[in-house]
Amino acid sequence: MSNGILVFIEHRNGAVSKTSLEAIAAAQSLGSQLQQQVSAVILGVDPDAMAQGIAAYDLAKVVSASNAKLASYTPDGYTDAVEKVVRQLDPQLVVMSHTYLVRDFGPKLAARFEKSLISDCIRTQVAEGSVTFTRRIFLGKLDADVVSDGKAPVFVTFQSGAYRPDQAVKGSGAPIEKREVEVGEIRMSPEPPFQEVKQAVDLSKAEIIVAIGRGIKSKENIALAQKLADVLGGDIAASRPICDAEWLPIDRQIGSSGQTVAPKLYIALGISGAIQHLVGMKNAGTIVAINKDPEAPIFDIADYGVVGDLFEAVPVLTEEIKKIKGLS
Amino acid sequence: MKIIVMMKQVASKDAILRISKDGTWIEEGDLSFEVNESDGYALEEALRVREKLGGEVLVCAMGPQRAKSVIKDALARGADRAIHIVGDNLTHLSPYAAASALAEAIRDEQPDLIMTGLQSDDYGYAQTGVIMAELLGMPHATIVIEVDASGDKLRVKRELESGWYQWYSMPTPALLTIQSGISQIRYATLKGIMAAKKKEIKEVVPPAEIVGRPSHQRLKRVYLPQKTKQTQLLGNGDAKAGAVALAERLHVEARVI
Ligand SMILES: Cc1cc2nc3c(=O)[nH]c(=O)nc-3n(C[C@H](O)[C@H](O)[C@H](O)COP(=O)(O)OP(=O)(O)OC[C@H]3O[C@@H](n4cnc5c(N)ncnc54)[C@H](O)[C@@H]3O)c2cc1C
Repeated sequence: MSNGILVFIEHRNGAVSKTSLEAIAAAQSLGSQLQQQVSAVILGVDPDAMAQGIAAYDLAKVVSASNAKLASYTPDGYTDAVEKVVRQLDPQLVVMSHTYLVRDFGPKLAARFEKSLISDCIRTQVAEGSVTFTRRIFLGKLDADVVSDGKAPVFVTFQSGAYRPDQAVKGSGAPIEKREVEVGEIRMSPEPPFQEVKQAVDLSKAEIIVAIGRGIKSKENIALAQKLADVLGGDIAASRPICDAEWLPIDRQIGSSGQTVAPKLYIALGISGAIQHLVGMKNAGTIVAINKDPEAPIFDIADYGVVGDLFEAVPVLTEEIKKIKGLS
Repeated sequence: MKIIVMMKQVASKDAILRISKDGTWIEEGDLSFEVNESDGYALEEALRVREKLGGEVLVCAMGPQRAKSVIKDALARGADRAIHIVGDNLTHLSPYAAASALAEAIRDEQPDLIMTGLQSDDYGYAQTGVIMAELLGMPHATIVIEVDASGDKLRVKRELESGWYQWYSMPTPALLTIQSGISQIRYATLKGIMAAKKKEIKEVVPPAEIVGRPSHQRLKRVYLPQKTKQTQLLGNGDAKAGAVALAERLHVEARVI
């Protein structure tokens, strides 16, 4: 009979990633509600040192699974290795973070069990021993409650930020189970990861940011937002599509594939508020959204919102701020 | 090189979504639909590879008859022919079931390359392509932003988190999931639209044992997200009045200006 919860630990450059602690927190929370033990698995050529670190958390055990083919990440290698561990431990639930790496191999892993992931969940609810998972759909506009029918294991991934790393509970030292795992042929060969040319603009210290999204419609219209930024003494930034279109350089992009910022004022103009954007700015002090769609997810995290056309609102806002600042 | 592009029809980005009466999906009756954003970039990438190396680009879409508009648009942009997996009740397939139906529909075509978008704008599972690759026994790469198919091995640039990238090489046949925004998507020309009318669209029915199997992930309820913050909405729908009130609040209340 399937038993327990297995949590997958991700690491980069010899360090366990913060999102793995979020995954541990998620697994522990489910574990205590379902009265199931939580074990962790970490992969690598020699992941024992990192396994030691993980063993400090309140876990039944840490599986340290090694193979020379796990030196760098490949979907083939990771899928084979985790599959072996899952088959051996036979857990009810496999918990992972919805990171780029898990997006790459997680669906392949679940497919080995003729399943898919319940992916990118934001919360769970346990009632009478069964779990309801909540995920965002339609680009963040709606929530969906999902239940899993059928046999174990259930594979679930959590959105970054669904749990906090500091929610992971420490324990009294979990036993480490070292094991050499079998890995088949690796078909893809990775080159070393790299960053593009060094970023010229560092927005992480900006106090005021005026950010534009696809609602700005054209490159010419950026002048409107720039004027507002100038009056405020702030910096201009953007959502990804604006930088993809090269209307602004990539070092102005905010979000999971751009910069993470925490200014005291963030004004989002014509930005819908996709999760990949929100993770880059949700820690701003005061968040303002101007958007014509009252249901845009950006309003979920905004302190102040104006529902309406930014082309009407922004010139007025700029003038009003000029007045306040005694500039006109 | 034979490339198959998987394309999904989804609700338009700016469509107003209304929850259906039974609370398990949205009202689709009067909804406007469009092609899933990243799938459009997958098609563009496939067309560019064909322009360089020659070969054929097929599109494959699954859904009711309305999904034909996605197919016709792809043919007008330059795809050579299409496969339409037709069915009215395919919306709620799990990614595993959807990938199984898609894999079966194209298996006999023996493509060198399959391209999909990296995730759909409706369910957002981000899994269908990867599962297809597993079912077809192909290597894959996700969140691909550059494709070099000119060598004897396929070389692709993948996006990692926070501004990091990595190149991977792999043998073909392979499957790639393509990131949005990596190129400029071409428009369909009038000539393309005319030519599309003569292109083949093969209709197939998905295997009953795949679509009939009970799903291991069942959608119970769909609803508006709970707000995490108390947002002060200003102006009551009047953008100008809202802007005046906003400046005042930022000054007096939030004290950020
Ligand atoms: C792996 C991955 C990584 C990603 N990384 C990032 C990232 O780092 N940063 C990022 O931003 N995105 C990222 N994205 C993309 C993200 O999912 C969204 O597609 C993107 O953020 C949307 O940008 P947007 O809000 O500008 O555009 P849209 O979603 O198209 O929104 C435009 C908004 O403008 C509003 N609007 C239109 N006209 C007006 C008007 N006249 N007045 C007022 N409002 C108007 C609309 O109502 C809409 O809400 C990533 C996606 C993936 C899958």
